[in-house]
Formats: sequence, structure tokens, C-alpha cells
Amino acid sequence: MSKIIASAVIRGAHKIVGRAEEKWQQAMDKWGANEPVGFPNTAYYLPVIYGILGIKVEKLGDMEPVLKRCRLILPPPVREKCPLPYLGPALDAGMATLFAEEIIEAVRYLEEPDFYTKQEEPSDDNLWLGAADDVILRKRGIEFVDGTAPGFAAVLGAAPSKEIAVNIARELQQKNLYVFMSAGYNGTSFAQQLVEADVQIGWPTRLVPFGPDVSATVFAAGFATRAALSFGGVEPGDFRRVLIYNKDRVFAFALPLGFVTDEWYANAAGAINYGFPVIADTPIPEILPTGICTYEHVVSNIPHSDIVAKAVEVRGLKTSVAEIPIPTGFGAAFEGERIRKGMWYLECGGGFTPMVEWVTSKRMDEVEDGKVEVIGPEISDLPPESRLPLAITVQVAGRELQEDYEPILERQIHHLINYTQGCFHNGQRDIGWLRVSKEVFDKGFRLHHIGVLLHAALHKDYGRIFDKLQVRLYTEEDKVKEMIAKAKEVYAHRDARIEGMTDEATDTFYSCTLCQSFAPSHVCVISPERTGLCGSYNWMDCKAAYEINPTGTNQPVPKGEVLDPKLGQFKGVNEFIFKASRGKIDHYNFYSIMHDPMTTCGCCECVAAVLPLCNGIMTVHREYTGDTPCGMKFTTLAGTVGGGLSTPGFVGHGKYNICQRKFLIGDGGLLRMVWMPKALKEEISQRFKDRAAEMGVPDLFDRVADETVGTSEEAIISFLQEKEHPALALESILE
Amino acid sequence: MAERKIKKSVDKASLDMMEKAARDGVTTAFDRAGEMSQCAIGAAGSCCKNCGMGPCRVLGVKGEEEAARGICGATAETIAARNFIRMVAGGAAAHSDHGRGVAELFLAAAKGKAPGYTIRDEQKLLQLALEWGVEIGERSNQEIAVDIGEIALAEFGKQEGEIRFLSRAPLKRQELWRREGVAPRGIDREIVEIMHRTHIGVDQDYHSLLKQGVRAAIGDGWGGSMIATELQDILFGTPAPVLGRVNLGVLKKDEVNLVIHGHEPLLSEVIVAVAQDPEMVSLAKAKGAKGINLSGICCTANEILMRHGVPLAGNFLQQELALVTGAVDAMVVDIQCIMQSLPDIAQCYHTKIITTSPKARIPGALHIEFDEHNALEGAKAIVRTAIENFPNRGNNIDIPKEQTDMVVGFSHETINYLLGGLFRASYRPLNDNIINGRIRGVAGVVGCNNPRTTHDSDHTSMVKELIKNDVLVIQTGCSAMAAAKLGLMTPEAAAKYAGEGLASVCETVGIPPVLHLGSCVDNSRILMAATAMVKDGGLGDDISDLPVAGAAPEWMSEKAISIGQYFVASGVFTVFGVTWPTLGSDEVTKHLFTDFEAAYGGIWAFEPDPIKAAHLMISHIDKKRKALGIDKARERVLYDMEMRRELESV
Repeated sequence: MSKIIASAVIRGAHKIVGRAEEKWQQAMDKWGANEPVGFPNTAYYLPVIYGILGIKVEKLGDMEPVLKRCRLILPPPVREKCPLPYLGPALDAGMATLFAEEIIEAVRYLEEPDFYTKQEEPSDDNLWLGAADDVILRKRGIEFVDGTAPGFAAVLGAAPSKEIAVNIARELQQKNLYVFMSAGYNGTSFAQQLVEADVQIGWPTRLVPFGPDVSATVFAAGFATRAALSFGGVEPGDFRRVLIYNKDRVFAFALPLGFVTDEWYANAAGAINYGFPVIADTPIPEILPTGICTYEHVVSNIPHSDIVAKAVEVRGLKTSVAEIPIPTGFGAAFEGERIRKGMWYLECGGGFTPMVEWVTSKRMDEVEDGKVEVIGPEISDLPPESRLPLAITVQVAGRELQEDYEPILERQIHHLINYTQGCFHNGQRDIGWLRVSKEVFDKGFRLHHIGVLLHAALHKDYGRIFDKLQVRLYTEEDKVKEMIAKAKEVYAHRDARIEGMTDEATDTFYSCTLCQSFAPSHVCVISPERTGLCGSYNWMDCKAAYEINPTGTNQPVPKGEVLDPKLGQFKGVNEFIFKASRGKIDHYNFYSIMHDPMTTCGCCECVAAVLPLCNGIMTVHREYTGDTPCGMKFTTLAGTVGGGLSTPGFVGHGKYNICQRKFLIGDGGLLRMVWMPKALKEEISQRFKDRAAEMGVPDLFDRVADETVGTSEEAIISFLQEKEHPALALESILE
Repeated sequence: MAERKIKKSVDKASLDMMEKAARDGVTTAFDRAGEMSQCAIGAAGSCCKNCGMGPCRVLGVKGEEEAARGICGATAETIAARNFIRMVAGGAAAHSDHGRGVAELFLAAAKGKAPGYTIRDEQKLLQLALEWGVEIGERSNQEIAVDIGEIALAEFGKQEGEIRFLSRAPLKRQELWRREGVAPRGIDREIVEIMHRTHIGVDQDYHSLLKQGVRAAIGDGWGGSMIATELQDILFGTPAPVLGRVNLGVLKKDEVNLVIHGHEPLLSEVIVAVAQDPEMVSLAKAKGAKGINLSGICCTANEILMRHGVPLAGNFLQQELALVTGAVDAMVVDIQCIMQSLPDIAQCYHTKIITTSPKARIPGALHIEFDEHNALEGAKAIVRTAIENFPNRGNNIDIPKEQTDMVVGFSHETINYLLGGLFRASYRPLNDNIINGRIRGVAGVVGCNNPRTTHDSDHTSMVKELIKNDVLVIQTGCSAMAAAKLGLMTPEAAAKYAGEGLASVCETVGIPPVLHLGSCVDNSRILMAATAMVKDGGLGDDISDLPVAGAAPEWMSEKAISIGQYFVASGVFTVFGVTWPTLGSDEVTKHLFTDFEAAYGGIWAFEPDPIKAAHLMISHIDKKRKALGIDKARERVLYDMEMRRELESV
């Protein structure tokens, strides 16, 4: 710390702690010590306080010991001449600042419940979202885990102009970083500047406006703390591991834009505790020696054109920016962009015109690598707000290519087009939907570029499994329809093949240790009939990933001797997980919730739990924030099963897995399912009904309760009895 | 060397007082050193007076080594080695007997038999209990402390096995000690064995003699001294950064000046409390003084400076000069480095010299014996003596203006905290900045004053040269005071004296480029700090791998030889100035200066020129940097997801 910075940090921390004490006292006088407080929908209380100090703040009164701790660790001001050492004390002041800010923000949630939208996006009259709830944490967490989001930038203040703000934001997006925004400068804020420049902000575009005050910066620290607790399996209160976890694994940094106040400095010291460096655009003192952060701590006076590149370098982050030769931005951060009515130049599919996407393998001499053809009208031949039929067909060839890889490549089309700034894509196969914005049309984007980007991006990620790739785009209705007919035949063939695959007939399963960047002791093993619990990887994906990168995170696991066919335990798998979990887990069962179920990293799509009274199980998906009959919300459940633990009575799984034949078959399978959130039921209804029919109970779907029936076991049991749910007649699940 | 015409001091306050002494007709060590030349044969370690057949002067004359023998037949090698390890024994005995005194008081305090003493650092007590396998459970601090005290005390008289603190050293170092057969069995036993082996007609192989010297010295650094430091911290509190002042200017004209001198803080801790007693303060006022001003000389002073910020009047060679000011109402002394001339000089003024230790009595001094069971009364009697002597001050008073601010109180524990705060405490920033080259290495500069060289000059020249070359300096003892007087222990000194890299780290942490770690038994803190550096990783797996070096440029006491020997035995390159006590034997000197490296990874060196000595240290540091592969700038590593997956979980 430089003396100037340390002095400012300590002054700022005193101000913020003082403010927290004042706000807290006012709230105590008004509401009393027993008034519940907290951030919305989270199982982590006030997460920095919980993660670092291990204190659960549930009521106003619980804040008192935290404020006392703040006072205790707040150092005296730095003396001008012959000062005592200040680095350690200033870092402590930074932590006290974060604790105090969580208290300030929690009191605000109490005093002004509508201050924040509490949604994923701003509303028409409110820019600020407030703290990320656990649904967002888990949904976005998987991106941190698998590397699609390498970290985040906490932006404070505002850029000198909205154009500069847009440039910085776009550059951060292109590097797939999240942007957490708080505080203002010069009467505006970074978030406000982006909105004025018509940039879509909110979680879907990774440009997250947390709050207008500096205290909202603590939401970024809260997000980081929860990553350590939920994915890293760090125990609350184990502050050292929480902080080192973030230093090593969460590649975040702070970008203060504009005059750095004492309060900003205090927050910066808090960030440095997490190993997050500060890169400023103003000429504040620098702290170049390393130690708390991986490299420099504070770097300053960086021109806006270089600030993102500098920040990434200072944080020690290697970002791979796909060099995609198209006249617009490209990156995961653009995936959540929406293109509203009136904004699009061209629309295809979406029920308005026929549309299809189809990848097929060819002989080597039939494919000319890099060739892109648009057969029919190009976008430039049309007036704005036109609609076109569209067939995106991709032909690949290669010595290593297998037919099984076609659907894997085909599935990439959706997100690759969506990664394109100014393009919106939804669906797949013959239910696709594409919008191309006027803005990106003006930049020169044409349909032709879809071919260019697919060629470049697929080569980059999947180059090992094919040698050549060409793209043909059809925009004439009869041609498109012809392609749809051909593709449908292929789809049917593929589906039959996948559906026909069984665990029994497969000798090799695949591991997935993608999450070990975040959950070091967790290991998934994926079989054809038990897809990955995060919903992102099935057996075929893993196989292909292994072919692409034989030393990567997906490794073949020889099934070996079948130790228990009913519960699904295999000798080869046990040996593998013992090694891969670094000795923490020596066995688990694939098909059971009651007997040594599979472990979870914390990024599962759903968590199932036993309901003893109903003699069945329930499952809940992460988007459902309400209560469930097992007495826990999703986020609490995920906390229970997360962090690489095997917890009987609970198991994490993917949505797709629910209707797979082996789903908890060791405990009775889908017939045990007594409760699901309505939205999840709807989402998988067709496959659910098919599977239930196969099990001999065609109307099982209607006998499963949801939140409209009740959210306690007592509340749903009579419904189950009335519907004669088959679970009630099965042997006791607790046996 | 003795003929060398030397300037007496670089410290203006000291020079002024020497002039006043001359005016007042007072003789000081500076004068005596000028009058008496060094005995060349004794200085070279060639005089054997261990039996009544001698003394024998056995010079290893080049070409005639074979012929040169003592009456018993002892060679120049044997005699030089014997004399050398007897110095080790003397030094180790002094430190360890100090440690024993602390352990005895600690035990008495734990048993409630030493009123006025209590456990100040509970955390350190519990840590030591864990380390030594003392049951904690529901037991009170007192009960735990009784066990700790008994174990500590037993370490001195232990006859077999190994002393306990060896297990604190890096594993590789422990193995090395066992391999070389130098792991001490007990603290006292190895000292006694030196006395036995050096008796007429016992050990007559210099290799074997020097090895025993190593063993006894380890028993000092990792035994007696470390016990003293640890138990003093538990009893009196572990030092934390505090502002202090140094030099004769801290004496006050209008207050009762009580100067504390010696090495054991046992009594002085109580004196610090008593001096603030309102009853004593009002007594002082009744006697016409504005208050009671405590200050210190030597290591007792360092101890109360580190823990209470009590100012330092000066280092070893300033003890007489403090009296020459005419403003010292009483000087209370305990043990070690106390000049017998003090009562004589005191007679020229009004000062009362008060001895307190039954082990250290001086004719002409008032003796008020320290009794741990009644420390408070003793301390009150001492303070009262000083107060009552205030009206006896004469008119011949001249207090130098010089006094310098300093930031002190760097213990192994506080360094850990200072580098990362409560939540990220570690040695990582130190190691990181050594690896990246901002800090070139770390040097321990310690030791005494010696009037055979210019007072304070060798310390300060060496320290300035080191920090200019980006070497972080850690200090103890009188050496620390020399640097402090020059202002090197202020944070501002970094920008003024240190190289750019070191200065940037100092600015980051807010520390001076020269850190004061305490008294001479606190050299054990340096061992702990070095071990912490090894354990934090990235700088090898033994102390001998670290880019560090040690020095005692103005040494004079046997304690310095023992300290140097345990540093060498712990793997540190250690250079001494002024004089070297084995020059009478080329063989022995070569063994210490060269062969030791293969066995211990550390070696001795001798270089009276402090700048040259600093560069010997720097070359050694560079050699270690090269061996570690950190001699060249490293490319910044950027992490992708795959690299993050390969990280071990924390």
C-alpha cells in the first residue's frame, strides 16, 4: 500500500463503518432487534460477513457483533511522519468496509424494499438490480466453472463519455468477462452511460448494474465469496481459504473510473484482500510490488483505450478471444442480447418462416474448407424488417470424423450465432429463430458472415475432429423445405440411436472434471443414461471432448465389474473417482438417492430430495425460488449437496436425466416422483409422459403435485392419496 | 590493526560526550582502547592458557607449523579451535542462562508465586502448548503455563535426545544436523562438554572440536535464546510496531532520568510499570522533577523499547557517555555487557549505579537484588533511589540534542500480520518480491560495538550499502541502535537510502528498509523468520537455499561468536568485522571459511571493511538467487482455465 492510499483507505473505512453504525442504529430504533434482514433469495445470509466471519446475519440484532468487529479491526489513521506499518491495517480496514457495506445495503433492503429491481434486468424506471440472488449465482456460476466467463470487472464511477463507456464495456464483453457496476462520478454512472448509448444491460449481457452507491460494490465481493462457498466447498468462516480461492481461481479486478474517493479506496483495499487488483484511469499512486494479488495491486493513469488489456494482464488472466472475421463483436457476453421488435433488420424462423440447421459429414473431396455460399437472396437485397426462410447447412469432412459428432457440432450453431453481437438466436434443428439487428446490418453484417463465423469458431474449438468445413445458407423457400425434409430423416435416425443406448451395453463411461477449476474434489462420471448434472454434457459430448483433447477434462472410465446392477455401482468407476477426487470419495451409486448417491459440484440443474411422509421424492430446478415440500429452497438444497459431498436423501441431477430410464431406478425410478415445480413439469412434459407410459402409468404426470397443490409434505399428501400416486404403494423408501 | 588510526565514532552525541569526559577528567573505553593495544597472539587465538604448564604461544608460522607445539604437544590448530569454541561456550552460556532465568520466572508466575507477572500473550501460550503437546482442553492459562515452564526448564538440563525447538527448523535442516551429529541433546550439556573437551589433553582434533562448537551454538539459537524470546513474549507480550526514539538526547533535563542497562527484561518490565505509578510520579514532583523519564542501554533497553516504546539512550559504547551527561540520576543494571568502570565514572557525577543480579555484582555499586517473589518492592526501591537522587544533580550537565525517531517492534509474528493483515497474513509478499527481484535478499546485521573500530560506523556503512543494493536488513542488539541513530529505521529512510526495488516494497508495506527485531536473544526471531520464508515456498527447501546473509561488523562479545556460529550452522553465510579469533591457524580458519559450506551450507567470513563485507554478502545472495533460478527477470504467467484446474485446492 502506498502511504497515500493506506491513509485514504483507513479514512474511507472509518466513514463507511460510521455510516453503517448510524443506519443500523436508526433501523434498530424503528424496527427492533428481531426484525429479519437479508439479501433476497440467498442461503448465504450477508455473504461476505458469512463467508469471512462465519456469522449468520438474519435479524437486525445480529449485526451488532459484526459492527463491533469492524470497530475492533479498524486501524487508527496513518501518521504523516514516521508512520507505523500500514499495509496489514489498511487491508483490515478494507474488510471492515465490506462488512459495513453489507450492513448498509441490508438495511436499505429493509427500509426501501423497492430500491432495486431484484430482477435480472433493469426495469423502465429503475436501472439498479441489487445483489445477485442464488438463482443467478448458480446459473452464472457454471460459466465461471467451465471457463465461459473467466472472471469479472467491478467498474466504479463513470467514463468521461458514453462512447468511451461503450468501448470499455464492449471490450470486456469480448473477453467474456462480467461487468459489475456501482457508484457514480460526475453526475452519471457507467451503467447510465451504457443505457444512454442504447446498450442492453443486465445479467443476460453480462453488464450488471448493481447499485448507484459505492456500497453496492460489496455485491461483487458477495458474489466472489459465494463462489468459494458454493463451488469451492470452503466452510463459512474459513476466511483465508475464501480469499485465496478467489485469488487463485476468480479472475476479477476493479476498474475505478473517475476521481477515487476515500470510500472507493476503502473498497479497493477490500478487493485486494481477495487478490483482485485495481486498475484506475486517474493518476493515483501505484502499488506495484506483488504479494496479496498475483501481480501488481494498483496500477493507475491507464488510457481508456488500453485499460481492459492492462487489467487482464495485471490480473494474470489468459483470455482467448476468438478471432472471428466478422464486422461485429463476438463473445459469450453477447449471448444474452435481445433484439426487440423494431430493432431487427431481418428475421428468420420463429414460426414466421421455415428454418432449419443441419450438420452433415461428407467425404473429404466433397468439401471445400472455408467455402461459404448464400443460395437465394442476401440480407442486403432486402428492405429493413424483412423475413426470410433459412436453412443453415454445414458440411464437414475429416479422417477423425464420426457420424456421432454431427449433432455436437450442430448444437454449437445456436450459441455461436448468439455470441455474435447484434444477432439473436433461439432453438435448434427445425425450430430455430434468428434476428439480425439494424445496427449490425449497418456495420456490414450479412448472412454470409454466419457461414464465416461458424467456419472460424468450429475450427477453433473442434478442429481436431474434422479437417474441412463449408457452409451453405439457403434462403429460398422451396430449397429450405427440401433441406428440412432431409434433415428430419437424419434427426429421427439420430434420436433412435441415442435413445437406444444403454449403460449395460456400454463399457466405457466418461468423467467430467471441468468443475475442478472451482470444485477441486468433485468428479462427475457420465453414462449414456445419466447425463451430466449441470445439464451441459451428455455421454456423447464427453466422448467427443475426449477425442478433441485426450488430456482434457473428459476421460474414459472403464466401467469394469458391475458391483451393484440395481443401484448402479461399478468397480472401474469407483477406482477412478477415488483417484480423481484426490482420495475424498471412494464409491458412489449412479441410480440411487438413498444409498451413497453421486456427488455434486453445486452447479446442478436440479436437486432431488426424499419426502419420507410421501414415500417418494421431489425435485426442484434452480430457477424455482419458492419453498418446496422438503422444507428447503433450491439454493439451500444445492448448498447441502454441493462441494463434492455424497449426501444420502439428496442428489443433484440434470433436467434431462429425469426422464431417462435409469433415473433413480434403484429407488423405484420416476414412479417415486411426487412433486415438481409447475414450470419444470411443463418444460419436460412430453418426455415425462412418454417415460411414464413406458413404466405403465400413462397418467403419472397428472398425479404429481406442484406448488399450486402445496409446498409441504402435509399439504400434498392428501392430493397424492386422492390421485392414488403409485409411490404410496411402493416399499418404504427409507428401507 | 591496533595501530590503525581510527576515528572514535560517527555519532555526534557520542563525540560531544567524549569531549566532555575529557574535560571532566573521565576515562572511557575509547581512551582505554587507545592506550592499550590488542594482544596479537591472543587476538589470533594462539595463546593457550588452559593449564599450568603454559600459557603457550603457538603461532602457526608458515613453513614451521610442524615445529610449533604447546608443551602438551597441542598444535596451533588445536589451540585455535579450543579457544574458538570456548568463546562459543561463553556466549551460549550467557544467552542460555538468561533463558533459564526467564523460564524460572515464567514458572513462578504460572504458579502464582511471582506477583506482578501474568500471561500477556495467550495465543502464543496456546500455540506453544500445541507445539509441545501440552494438554489445553478446559485447563486454565496458569495450568498450561506451569507445564510449559517445566518443560522449558527441563530443556536446559536434558541429557539425551534432542532439544525441542529443533523441530521448528525446515525438515532438510533437521536431517542435516542429525547427519552431521550436531543436534544438541540438552542446552547445558553441550556447553559443559566444550569445557571438558578443551581441558588439557582431551579433544585434540580441530574438526571434532569445531563440531562440538556447532552443537553448543545450535543449543543457544534454537534452544536457550529461543526459549528466552518465546517465554518473554508470552509473559510480556509479543512486540508489535511502535514508535521509539534513540540517542542520548532522550535524557531529560527536568525529569528524573533512570537508565536501564543490561539484557534481561524481567525486572525492567516491572520498573516500566512502577515509573508510571502516580505515587512515584508525585514523589518525583515533590523532589522538583517534572516526571520520571526511563531510557535504556543495550538489550534490556531493546526489550522494553520493542514492547513499550521506552526510548533508547544508546548502545554498548554509550553506557559511560550517558553518565557523562551528568543528568542520569540512576542507572540500574542486570547482566551482560556492563562495564566495571560505571561506578567509577558515576563518582564524578551524582549517578547511582544499582546492580540487581546476584550473578553480576560490581564493587562500588548499590546492590538491590531482584527477587521474583517481590519484584514490585525491588522496582519501587530502585525508582525511589533515582528520584531521591534527583536533587543531588550538579551543575555540570550537558545533554546532547541528538535523538532520532524509529519504528520498531518487528517480531516474526507481526511481520506475518503486516504483510497481509488479519485475513491474508503470510510471508508471501516478502517471498514474492524476493523472487521477482524487487528485494534482492535479506541480511541480518547484528552484534556489538567495539572501540577497536569507529563506533557505529561499520554498522551504518554496511547497512546503507546493503539497502542501497535492495537487500532488506533485519537487525538486533547494539547494531540496530547504530542504524536507528542514523534514521535508517524510519519508513522515510526507504526513499532516501534504499534501492528502487526495496524502496517500493517498503512504501507498499509502510516499513523502514531496516527492521528492528529486538535484543540479542531475539536473533532467534531471525531464525524463525528465515524458516517462515522457507515454508512459504518458492525459495528452496532449507535456510541455506535462501538468498540471505548475516554479519556482525563491530562484534566484541563471546555471545556474538555463538550467534554467528548458530547462524552458520543454520545455513547462513556470516561475515564478521574488526578482528577474527582463529587467524593463528590457517587450517582452522580455512575450515571455518570454506569447508563448513559442504557440511552446513553456511560459512564464516572475515572482512573488516564494511563495504567490502557488504559486497561479500551481496555476492553470496546473488549466488543463491542464481541457484534458485531467480537471477533473471521472469515472464509474467497468465492463467487459463486449464492451469486453474491443475491448482491444488487450498
